[in-house]
Amino acid sequence: MLTLNHFLILSLALFSVGVAGVLIRRNIIIVLMSLELIFNSVNISLAAFSYYLQSLNGTVFVIFNITVSAAEVAIGIAILVLVYRQRRNVYVDELNGMKG
Amino acid sequence: MEQLFFYIFAAIAVISAICVISLRNAVHSAVFLIVCLLQVAAVYILLRAPFLAAVQVFIYVGAVMVFFLFAVMVLDLGTEKLKQHIHSQGGPAVVIVAAMSAVLGYYALKGSITAPLGEYNEAALARNTEVIGRSLFTQYIFPFEVVSVVLLAALIGAVVLVSRMKAGGGR
Repeated sequence: MLTLNHFLILSLALFSVGVAGVLIRRNIIIVLMSLELIFNSVNISLAAFSYYLQSLNGTVFVIFNITVSAAEVAIGIAILVLVYRQRRNVYVDELNGMKG
Repeated sequence: MEQLFFYIFAAIAVISAICVISLRNAVHSAVFLIVCLLQVAAVYILLRAPFLAAVQVFIYVGAVMVFFLFAVMVLDLGTEKLKQHIHSQGGPAVVIVAAMSAVLGYYALKGSITAPLGEYNEAALARNTEVIGRSLFTQYIFPFEVVSVVLLAALIGAVVLVSRMKAGGGR
């Protein structure tokens, strides 16, 4: 029998991996992918709460979440391409100037 | 039986997530992220939400990941050297993440459901897509409109960023 805890622990594992990716990696694209992992872990826990509380709020929230994360990726990658055109690198610790 | 499939999906999801953040080639990372997102879609099916699974496959695997692969292709990164791969703050970051997941895991395992259960039990969720669509266009119509404005703003923002680059002249 699957319980809520199974899904919460899976969500926690994906969340931890995502946070580790954001903190550890230097490449911005990998950092954005780690953000997607974090989004997905949150979506899993929302859907699990929605199922086990027999409510529809979590499911609808997941749909909005997916929409917002698609918008975030579009803007993020557009900015990333612009930064790469100007600076010729994609490493987060070398992008430390405020004015291009 | 259901539990066996859950463990299979969860193991593949976590292993491919670890591959996403540890591989050096960005294309390999993107492909492993696709694998991970497909497993998440399978988990949605275990949670009796086939509509969410379909949305996950269409939007994440179909649109977002193609966008990521497109960006990797445009930037032409190739394989990183070992030294470029990992941030200098990597060691402390791993310790902090381990501590955070220990605390979160303790509370996730300790908690129990005390809230009153809603009306959408297993029988009501059998017509999942119809139920979600009905509540999206009645109860949740205002957030639905707001999120469509958010998407429009993102679209216009991306176009403005790209066209300004063209006006700047070969930067």
